[in-house]
Amino acid sequence: MALLQISEPGMSAAPHQHKLAIGIDLGTTNSLVATVRSGMSTVLQDQHGHALLPSIVHYGEAQQVIVGHEAKVKQNADPVNTIASVKRLMGRSLKDIVDKAHIPYRFVSPPSDDASQGMVLLDTRAGLKSPVEISAEILKTLKNRAQAALGGELTGAVITVPAYFDDAQRQATKDAARLAGLHVLRLLNEPTAAAVAYGLDNAAEGVYVIYDLGGGTFDVSILHLSKGIFEVLATNGDSALGGDDFDHRIYCWILDQIRDANPSKQPLSEKDTRLLLTKARQAKEWLTENEEAQITCKLSSAYTVDVTLTAAAFVELTENLVRKTLSPMRKAMRDASLDLTDIKGVVLVGGATRMPHVRQAVQDFFQQAPLTNLDPDKVVAIGAAIQANVLAGNRSGDDLLLLDVTPLSLGLETMGGLVEKVIPRNSTLPVARAQDFTTFKDGQTAMSIHVLQGERDLVSACRSLARFELRGIPPMAAGAARIRVTFQVDADGLLSVSAREETKGVEASISVKPSYGLNEDAIIDMLKSSFSEAESDKKARALAEAKVDAMGIISAIHIALEQDGHLLNAVEKEAISKHIKALETALAGEQSRAIHDATAALNTATEAFAAKRMDESVSRALAGKNIDEVNL
Amino acid sequence: MSQNYFKLFDLDQSFCIDLSTLERHYRKIQSAVHPDRFVTASSAEKLSAMQQATLANEAYQTLKKPASRAKYLLSLSQIDATQETNTAMPMDFLIQQMAWRETLEDCKADKDIAGLEQLATEMRQAAHLLAEELNRLFDEQNDLSAATDATRKLIFIDKVCEDINKAITQIED
Repeated sequence: MALLQISEPGMSAAPHQHKLAIGIDLGTTNSLVATVRSGMSTVLQDQHGHALLPSIVHYGEAQQVIVGHEAKVKQNADPVNTIASVKRLMGRSLKDIVDKAHIPYRFVSPPSDDASQGMVLLDTRAGLKSPVEISAEILKTLKNRAQAALGGELTGAVITVPAYFDDAQRQATKDAARLAGLHVLRLLNEPTAAAVAYGLDNAAEGVYVIYDLGGGTFDVSILHLSKGIFEVLATNGDSALGGDDFDHRIYCWILDQIRDANPSKQPLSEKDTRLLLTKARQAKEWLTENEEAQITCKLSSAYTVDVTLTAAAFVELTENLVRKTLSPMRKAMRDASLDLTDIKGVVLVGGATRMPHVRQAVQDFFQQAPLTNLDPDKVVAIGAAIQANVLAGNRSGDDLLLLDVTPLSLGLETMGGLVEKVIPRNSTLPVARAQDFTTFKDGQTAMSIHVLQGERDLVSACRSLARFELRGIPPMAAGAARIRVTFQVDADGLLSVSAREETKGVEASISVKPSYGLNEDAIIDMLKSSFSEAESDKKARALAEAKVDAMGIISAIHIALEQDGHLLNAVEKEAISKHIKALETALAGEQSRAIHDATAALNTATEAFAAKRMDESVSRALAGKNIDEVNL
Repeated sequence: MSQNYFKLFDLDQSFCIDLSTLERHYRKIQSAVHPDRFVTASSAEKLSAMQQATLANEAYQTLKKPASRAKYLLSLSQIDATQETNTAMPMDFLIQQMAWRETLEDCKADKDIAGLEQLATEMRQAAHLLAEELNRLFDEQNDLSAATDATRKLIFIDKVCEDINKAITQIED
């Protein structure tokens, strides 16, 4: 089989040098970090031996930020400054949050001309905090844990997100990683990560369903597994449905019970709300293996709650939540054009799948017992670690490839408040579509494009992603300009837009106003305030980063030239080596700006070469087939 | 991108293709050019990988389904099957078309999922027959004019199937 060991064009990693890469499951309830060491994937533990880090951030009185178990302890005493389930707020505006009255936080709309726009903020002791900043605290804690365990700087991380996360939620997650100082190798969909961990472990082949009910999100993905290729056929879900909602049903039930006994009708304090939510969660977990749960606690009014919830009553209370997971499953099956008989196995992921009536519902739907031979809490982090290890270049990726899809259709606003689909849901990533526009006024030089995500026909029923302002259209008669706008969704599931006037060949410039995300300035502000470094340290850091980048690209290009130098003529080779020399000269200096510029110039100079190499890898990939087929 | 999709996957340019070869070659190409292979590469290579992987996805999806494959084959002969001037349909198909639409609307009104599924099965059979017809028209007779008509019928059927799925989803919700 040595003949098939065609070198990987993109891998610039020096051989035998193990890069430290991690996989992070940034969960609603708990977060985990895992890595691959000596070929084995392991979940990393903190110094107390805990693998799970509760996704809870406490802003303390002496400006300290506490994350995890210690923050959880503060939850009942200081609910307003102890933020749990922040994942549910990522990329969401104030009006998206339905149960504000029953969540003990102080929500604030960002200062904006339109109150319905912009990501919600939380008013804490440490000031206004965006969900992105709060998530970044969780990520920082995991990053520190990993660095302590692995003993070095991390090359990068794969961070998982629910498959049904929209663009705003994905972007918010990526921004949080950036704030935490993590280099994101890839955002990976949680069910896909689970499929990788399950599939590799069990050498699974065929069509599998991943049913992932987490703390705050529900995903269902259908994948075709074959020889290390994980191809997502369809995905669906509900990014606001999870174990939290089951707690909430119990919480409401307790309120009902005590309303009869406690007619004062005083609204509950934030502490009481938190206490009852905690009790509700404990009751839910207890009912997984017991027939009834006793709920007792003392409220701040000295009133004692003492109620008993039976398993049967709990099933009834939450029946429609379970039913809400069935409709996404049906849709995914239909989108993938599959029958139940095509499904080889159903894998359960997420702590909420421990509930017996959830398992039963899945079993009834797929008419087969779900697979439970893995830890539903850990499988996502493990899959992410495996992918991180491949992406960092530690393992030849020949035997593992993930082909994921975009969960929601992408469309544009057209006349009359309607949405025209540009990229349909379940398109394999990366995907691009071009759409032509024209001007409707003489001399028009700008136009605005509103991008939406969702399946409905009305703009008002879809989620606004961003408004793009195109400028620099050459003035022409109405209808004469032909502006081709290209929508590209990359392998992280994130959208970018480019535009070009075709008749004159002018690039139009685009300014993006994300509807829920943070703009670049806000992120830079947060980055500044999060590093309490001196100015000189910042410069040193910038210089060091520029140098690492520059050396990375030089080594990548040397490898590329060695492998595929024959694709270039002498003149082209000379041009590239001139740019390499220029960058090496800049590297000898101390100017990060000069290094940046020379890096960018070298990049541009190698674009044509990169394209040629890509064509070459395509022909090589297909040439390899003959060997393959003979060997079979 | 002017690359011929059939050439990309090392397939003969014809309507009848071996789907398993298409799938195998698609996977091989993605294994070589997917952005996941270029996470540590230069940004020029990352961009190039994304473009090549995007093209492979687009080409694969186009060739995989009979309607889009037929439409693409016609476009290689400079025929746009969905052009507005190409809207004339034979009378019998128009009548059939109306009947399907009527059944769809009736089932929607009655929230009749079984009826919709029955209609979908019927449409799939019609699509299957059309695909066989396209095999002959493209690969044996090279009759592009008749192939254009059949392609348009197939595109119409696909559209109705999509509407059926949408209707079922709406009823279930």
